[in-house]
Amino acid sequence: MNGISFIELYVFVLAAFVGYQVISRVPPLLHTPLMSATNAISGISLVGSLVLAGANYGTVATILGVVAVASAMTNVVSGFLITDRMLRMFKRGDEGK
Amino acid sequence: MPPVVIQIAYLASAILFILGLKGLTSPATARRGMLYAEIGMLVAIIGTLLQHEIVRFDWILVGLVAGSAIGAPIAIYMPMTAVPQRTAISHMCGALAATLVGVAEYWRMGGQVPHVEMAALGFEVLFGSLTITGSFMAFGKLQELIKGAPVTYRGQNTVNITLFLGTLGLFAYLIAVPGARPLFYAMVALGLLIGVFIVLPIGGADMPVVISLLNSYAGLASAATGFVLGNNVLIIAGSLDGASGLILSILMSKAMNRSFRNVLFGAFGGDATAAATLQVAADKTVRTISAEDAAIQLAYAQLVIIVPGYGMAVAQCQHQVAELTEQISKRGGAVKFAIHPVAGRMPGHMNVLLAEANIPYDRLYDMEDINPEFENADVALVIGANDVVNPAARNERSSPIYGMPILNVDQAKSIIVLKRSMNPGFAGIENELFYNPKCSMLFGNAKDSLIKLVTAVKSV
Repeated sequence: MNGISFIELYVFVLAAFVGYQVISRVPPLLHTPLMSATNAISGISLVGSLVLAGANYGTVATILGVVAVASAMTNVVSGFLITDRMLRMFKRGDEGK
Repeated sequence: MPPVVIQIAYLASAILFILGLKGLTSPATARRGMLYAEIGMLVAIIGTLLQHEIVRFDWILVGLVAGSAIGAPIAIYMPMTAVPQRTAISHMCGALAATLVGVAEYWRMGGQVPHVEMAALGFEVLFGSLTITGSFMAFGKLQELIKGAPVTYRGQNTVNITLFLGTLGLFAYLIAVPGARPLFYAMVALGLLIGVFIVLPIGGADMPVVISLLNSYAGLASAATGFVLGNNVLIIAGSLDGASGLILSILMSKAMNRSFRNVLFGAFGGDATAAATLQVAADKTVRTISAEDAAIQLAYAQLVIIVPGYGMAVAQCQHQVAELTEQISKRGGAVKFAIHPVAGRMPGHMNVLLAEANIPYDRLYDMEDINPEFENADVALVIGANDVVNPAARNERSSPIYGMPILNVDQAKSIIVLKRSMNPGFAGIENELFYNPKCSMLFGNAKDSLIKLVTAVKSV
């Protein structure tokens, strides 16, 4: 565990602003894919779980880590796949039927 | 491997995530955007695997394979009508991962955590644990494993507030005394309990708000994990997720004219609303219509506006809706779809179902865009929507939905409502639209009614 630096708070706040700006421009049409996309992206907690499952931190940490890797990976795989499945369905009137 | 490489990988993936979400601002760029996000995820995973702390890969592989084996079939085979349930489960998985990482970190440090890290860890496991059970409850309600109606009891708010304050107290104490190990695990347990209690009193119609809120919590839990692990890409991705959930919850609450506090602490359809419910009934009558007569109206209409609601998802009749649309278009009538922001069980639910049925998205209109058009519509066809077309929201001060923006269906020249029976909607509120002299009811399962309508329109 590294010390928390103030820089991290900056990162958090600035990312939240960027997120707010970008996401408020997503049309209601795509709100469901937006949610499944952010679900998939939140599977980034893999980054923490992978270390837990692969490092030598003891049995308990390994077990918790493997379960965490599995659930985060479930989100990544199902999130991205279903988002794409949904986005493929959205067609404009003049695109081929 | 120097950590700089890993840092660059994380930076790249953070940029790719933001570009990915930016793609979602238009259907034309959305798929490419998602490709960026997928690459971002891949880069982040590979970067992580290069970390020197990782000494063995067998368990990692087990986890990755298990996750893919669970995730892929869900995504590929799940019917589109089940999207809200999947979303709820997915919030649960995300929160579970974050919570487990938090608990493992605390366990590994044997409680020897500096105060500031303890604060981050506390946020992580609290947001995480309440999202785990909250999302599971939401899943249960959506999948109808548990009763969808709000569960309320006397003193509920007192119980919830006590529980909440007690947990906050524990959290504050732990920041001061991070070594109090039993209390840490007690706090996780209380977080799990809060999740159950928060969602228990929430009814189906409020699900869009709740799902968005849980989305936001899952994101915040991830961001807190980033603080605990000192990992910026986690902080960024978590905060994007948190911001997205927050924006959606605000939009959903606005679309229902309710505050968060009101959604969380004022169960819809509870005792307070019962009084307002029964006023209309008794002396008013509804007009019913046969499929054949309805078909004649639809066949000769210049403009038909279809208003889908959760009932369309339940009856899984989006394909029949598409067929009817095609028949009407063939006869020269224009068909537009009016989508209320909270129609269905999650933001954008109706859009996805209609897209699945091959209805082009330029026919789907948001509330503000379609409302001025209702007065030109020859027929407004309401399929399984109720509260979002209830004029009581405009003029019935005592109604629990008073002030909620609605679709101006009652301005159409004629209104046809497909409905199973006269039971009130999920909020349990009587709908005076059904007694409007311009309105006629076509009772029955929406799918059957639509099949009849399609056949009848063909033969007009």
